[in-house]
Amino acid sequence: MLEIRDLSAGYGHRHVLEHISLKASEGEVVGIIGSNGSGKTTLLKTITKVLEPISGTVLIDGTNVNEMQSKEIAKKVAVVSQVISINFEFTVEDIVLMGRTPYIKGSETVEDINIVRDAMEKTNTLFLKDRLITQLSGGELQRVIIARAFAQNPKILLLDEPTSHLDITNQIDILNLIKNASRKGMVVVAVIHDLNLAAYYCDKICLLQDGKLISAGTPEQVLTSSNIERAFNITVKVIPNEITNSLYVIPVLEPLHDTLH
Amino acid sequence: MAKPGKSVILILALLLLAAIISNTAIGSTSISPDITTKILVTEIINGVLDITEKIFPSATAKILMANPFIEKTWTDSQEVIISDIRLPRVLLAALVGAALSTAGCAMQGLLKNPMADPYIIGMSSGAALGASLAFLLLLPVQLLSFIGAVITIFVVYNISKIGGKVPVDTLLLSGIAVGSLLAALTSLIIFISHSPHQIIFWLMGGLWTANWDKVKITSVMIIFGILVLYRFAWSLNVMLLGEEQAQYLGINIEQVKRYVLVLSALVTAAAVSVSGIIGFVGLIIPHIMRIIVGPDHRILFPASTLMGAVFLVLCDTFSRTIIDSVELPVGIVTAMFGAPFFIYLLRKRRQSLYA
Repeated sequence: MLEIRDLSAGYGHRHVLEHISLKASEGEVVGIIGSNGSGKTTLLKTITKVLEPISGTVLIDGTNVNEMQSKEIAKKVAVVSQVISINFEFTVEDIVLMGRTPYIKGSETVEDINIVRDAMEKTNTLFLKDRLITQLSGGELQRVIIARAFAQNPKILLLDEPTSHLDITNQIDILNLIKNASRKGMVVVAVIHDLNLAAYYCDKICLLQDGKLISAGTPEQVLTSSNIERAFNITVKVIPNEITNSLYVIPVLEPLHDTLH
Repeated sequence: MAKPGKSVILILALLLLAAIISNTAIGSTSISPDITTKILVTEIINGVLDITEKIFPSATAKILMANPFIEKTWTDSQEVIISDIRLPRVLLAALVGAALSTAGCAMQGLLKNPMADPYIIGMSSGAALGASLAFLLLLPVQLLSFIGAVITIFVVYNISKIGGKVPVDTLLLSGIAVGSLLAALTSLIIFISHSPHQIIFWLMGGLWTANWDKVKITSVMIIFGILVLYRFAWSLNVMLLGEEQAQYLGINIEQVKRYVLVLSALVTAAAVSVSGIIGFVGLIIPHIMRIIVGPDHRILFPASTLMGAVFLVLCDTFSRTIIDSVELPVGIVTAMFGAPFFIYLLRKRRQSLYA
């Protein structure tokens, strides 16, 4: 379980997050939405202690992260960022093995290798294991990075726009993987830009604006046209999506051509 | 990936052994390889017995009774040439080559910069200034160049430190700035010195002052430094993915930087203090090995260590035998051989990448 209490964080004197409180439990996918620069990525960095908070606390299973070694945190929390490019010719298996870093003392054990294989099986990347990471497509690469995160055996999975730059098939593929992980008992916190995907995949949504949490709750509670208009400064219509049984957010744009009339 | 890597290490280790034996045999007085090997083996047996005698005197006495020695078929002067002149020189070349290549590999990995070498953050300039001062003031050169290198890295590290963190870009730039300053001071000393050629020769790098004392002092620092650097192989691998990623995987990146810098500085300073500034080994050998075994430091480190040793042993033999009764500074030889070979590898690789 992840609990954030009255958290403020920033860089130097600039506060990026102010008084954020939220909870995420096992089996829940919590989406974090907000415009660029609203503090989403900073929130993930603070949870993993890569950035020290100015005030407030982050609790992982009741333990304050400030009292945890970075290795201990890495055993509980895994992070998947936006699709990154890796320019060094490691094999896929080596990259996934890097997920075992917080556990490995000296060299990897048979158990480590088994966990790595298992993580690759779950993410459908086992067939890539001897390929060079530099030769993968964006979707394959992101599945490998998720396999690496699974290899950490985390309780909490943090995702920072895991599906941006991916095509629609890979977006859905990755989000299904994440949803499955959550169903099996992981706490999942994901920064997602696509509001419709967020509406469909998240059990809870937190809406950030200028470093403040302006709304939190179920997609139905948070994704209202007034909330979205306030946070993103655009006019939207939110309608029920009967096909997926979730919501559909449509930006209201002026028609570009009159020819349709 | 890992399996061919291990066989490369084994091949390189055998290559190093062969290089040490054959290059001890080569020189102005020709001594056949089998006599050289016999003298070397006898030396090793004597060395081992010296040690066991101190620990197990009675057992050693029994071994001595059995007379395990090889029948002496060589002259005393041959023995002196092999074991007191050539062997320490070849071993020193191997140690220096290993040190520079391993430190270069570590710096390239840490700074994620292909231009990095052991000297990049000013260590060579610090050593050069220390050595120049020593020549000017008639102080021990080895000691002052060592101190010069160590002080430089300490200064550069602390200049780059911002709020407990050391960004690698800042480290690189402050290293270059401090290095330029120290290089200017060295030039000034050369300019005012009565015997500038001594300093200039030292700067070119050479192993002509090799003796057993130097081998003993440097081998302790270099072997220790290299073995401890190996322990950071995995951390350096993970840091190649980016510092933020490495932190998410539980790596204390500032600690890794500190240790890798200090250890690289230690082995580099130890090497430079006995050999002067031998260029190219620390830049090129890690690149060549990266092309052959890939970026995994668990293989790349030992491969670079061994190849660096082999390369410098060969270059040093060339430098002392190519012209009769004259020794070329080995720094000239390393660049003259290394650069064309490296250009060849770059071209070959580019073709295979775009094929």
